[in-house]
Amino acid sequence: MRYSVGIDLGSTTTKAVVLDEQARVLGRGITNSRSNYKVACDVALGEALNRARFGLIDSELARGGIGPEQRRAWLADFDRHFRERQYLLQLDRLGVALDRHAREERDASVVRPLIAEVVERMRSEACKLFDAGANRKSDFFRDLAGSRYLPIAEALSDERGGRFDRIAGLFDKSILEVENAADDGDLFATLARAALASSTAPAPELRAAVERAANVSLEQASCVGTGYGRATLPFPKEWIRSEILCHGLGAHAMFPGTRTVLDIGGQDTKAIQVDAQGIVTSFQMNDRCAAGCGRYLGYIADEMNLGLHELGPLACKSRRQVKINSTCTVFAGAELRERLSLGEKREDILAGLHRAIVLRAMSLLARSGGVHSEFTFTGGVARNAAAVAALEKLILENYGELRINISPESIFTGALGAALFAHREAGKSRATDGAAAHTRA
Amino acid sequence: MSTTALKDRSQERQKLMIAEHFRRLARSAESGEKCVYTFVPGNLTELVRNFDLLPVLPEINALQSGMRGKSREYIGLAEKLGHSEDVCTYVKCDIGMMKSGNVGPTGERLPNPDLLLLSYTGCFTFLKWFELLRQEYRSPTVMLHVPYQADGQITASQRTYVVEQLKKKVIPALERVSGKKFDIDKLREQLRLSARAEDDLVWVLRSARHRPSPIDAYFGGVYYLGPIFSAFRGTQDACDYYRELREEVQERLDLGLGPVTPDGPLERERFRVVVEGPPNWTSFREFWKMFADEGAVVVASTYTKVGGTYDFGFRHDPDRPLESLAEYCLGCYTNLNLPTRVDVLCQYMDEYAADGLLVHSVKSCNSFSAGQLAMLNEVERRTGKPVGFLESDLVDPRYFSAANIKNRLESYFQMVEQKRAAAGAAAGSVGSAP
Repeated sequence: MRYSVGIDLGSTTTKAVVLDEQARVLGRGITNSRSNYKVACDVALGEALNRARFGLIDSELARGGIGPEQRRAWLADFDRHFRERQYLLQLDRLGVALDRHAREERDASVVRPLIAEVVERMRSEACKLFDAGANRKSDFFRDLAGSRYLPIAEALSDERGGRFDRIAGLFDKSILEVENAADDGDLFATLARAALASSTAPAPELRAAVERAANVSLEQASCVGTGYGRATLPFPKEWIRSEILCHGLGAHAMFPGTRTVLDIGGQDTKAIQVDAQGIVTSFQMNDRCAAGCGRYLGYIADEMNLGLHELGPLACKSRRQVKINSTCTVFAGAELRERLSLGEKREDILAGLHRAIVLRAMSLLARSGGVHSEFTFTGGVARNAAAVAALEKLILENYGELRINISPESIFTGALGAALFAHREAGKSRATDGAAAHTRA
Repeated sequence: MSTTALKDRSQERQKLMIAEHFRRLARSAESGEKCVYTFVPGNLTELVRNFDLLPVLPEINALQSGMRGKSREYIGLAEKLGHSEDVCTYVKCDIGMMKSGNVGPTGERLPNPDLLLLSYTGCFTFLKWFELLRQEYRSPTVMLHVPYQADGQITASQRTYVVEQLKKKVIPALERVSGKKFDIDKLREQLRLSARAEDDLVWVLRSARHRPSPIDAYFGGVYYLGPIFSAFRGTQDACDYYRELREEVQERLDLGLGPVTPDGPLERERFRVVVEGPPNWTSFREFWKMFADEGAVVVASTYTKVGGTYDFGFRHDPDRPLESLAEYCLGCYTNLNLPTRVDVLCQYMDEYAADGLLVHSVKSCNSFSAGQLAMLNEVERRTGKPVGFLESDLVDPRYFSAANIKNRLESYFQMVEQKRAAAGAAAGSVGSAP
């Protein structure tokens, strides 16, 4: 099966979208960006291909006459076991890296067994992380492993004499190594078989469908990269497109009536106007600094010791929004502490901060030519309910009632656009091959 | 760029002219020659040289400091002295240079001004800038007030107003400083030479109408302006320079060659754009390369009209010497009102068959930047061509974010290409319809 892939290498996350020959989405993958861009791309693509095979399993089951409810239940269960296997594989690598670094410690004889015990405890409780209904803050290995390693290491260090700082430092060193090491080929079949083996009596139909999906050969026909890291993407120049064009086309593919796109990403905000074909007609981006971008919210989350995804829900609880004008990422911490010291509530401050970044986006939208229906909001910040609420209110005030689109998959908009460009490229080479064959005939 | 610039005879000539000028300035204490500090927009070079005075242009010194990698240090020094981060960076760069010993672009010390000739063409900062210099040097100052072309044309009363100031204020001040009488016959001869050089300059800039364009009218263009906007207009040297430049461009035209960029000749012209706004000087080469890497040639630019506008027919006129000097001052680009600037841009887009317009907005210069977004939208509306907006600064390297600018430029050129492909496809489908 031939596929086209689009990869969006952003400052915070790397996304991949895989399309089939009819430009239908086969799978999406996302991972945290890291210093080794090639590995980040490979991981995101690997994840998208895994998801593509999940889709194939679903199709196989449907062909075998299994009803949608049953399929959903089997696949959800299989998915949890699959992710657990992925986690355990990475955990093994982390254990090896930790032990290697622990050997270099002065008191290695004390540190090594302690670390081994931390890793062992993480392994034994892994299944809980992937239980049905378990609430994971993130699916990225760095976040998942960190969320368990640190509390376990702290508890054990306390019991055995306070070496927590050093043990935490070893994690920082080791996780970088694990993140930046490439997988050895396609691990889907291995992980899928292990996942089935660890499941309680998986249905024979599921086993057969997994086996068939694992055996499908996925062949890359074309690839286009975009995003801030695109210049360093391990692709030739002709495979690279600007993220402005990719977001425009991606938004058009998700919502064909789109005329204005707002993308608030990690370090830039883009206001884009597109025509009826998804072709960009004008755009504006934030200048010189990342004030009011996703990174600003990330910084605020760190300051408040919250997960990024917790900011929006907390801000939505606000009853009395605080007026905040500055969107400077550097001053955000000071602004926040000042407001807290004045006795303002966290949710009210957060609501004010969300409004401030949306106000900045409104200015860019105005500069790019205004907001026209349909208006599509994309990027990581489009997942944040408080930002969305502030945006809807300001759009209504400034441009009246118009259709606002937000896809649950909005974070993949750029990668989807890139994948569509890749699909077009594949189409051109198909046409060239066809013409060549015709000439030969 | 110097590696490629050195290859051209005209560039070599310009380099020698500038070196000689700065040598004269550096030796002025011994030679007794006097100098006048003045500004580029609406400069009165012929008049200054009529009295054998040497012009010094602080804006050009500032941009040279930017290109030589000195501006960060100079700006830092000016800020240490209390100038805010929001002050025009040309001013701070100049103040910093002055406070560091006033060493000019050729490494030789510049003399103190014998006169500050403030030709005011709408930039309020110019007033404050020369107030600072006057405070420092205690030099006599004369101001020429050039009224804004609010209605988009030069009126008789505006012309008379400027001519009267020339007669009653500027010329007497120049006579006092130089100890020489104003020589109108000499001025007529100077203006004859000015007009000859201006003819050749306009010919060179208009060569960009050809495909491929033999010149880059922005990055290359700023070099072509050196002699005419600084110290040499109205001299035989300037005439010789522009004649030689014209011959070189003619050669490139005959051979069908594109412009020479920092990395050598541009092999394939993929995009033709008009640029509004001054360049960035601290990353000038890098900025140019971002265009050249995309195969983009600037076929017309407004910055190259900052000293004065020639391409709509104006020439210095020996038969109307003071009147034509007045019209020159009134007609410099930043003295035009916004509707006129939009007309100029639309005309360039059409005349030079440009694919689109790029605005480079600099933090420092309100004369240029005010209204640029409105102009951008209007040009887009009228021409239907893609427009793009870039932001940085003149000489403060802290405001040039290479990744951000490259990102916008790449996006812009890909947008142009995509629109071109869509238009081509539409034309194809129309053509193939039964």
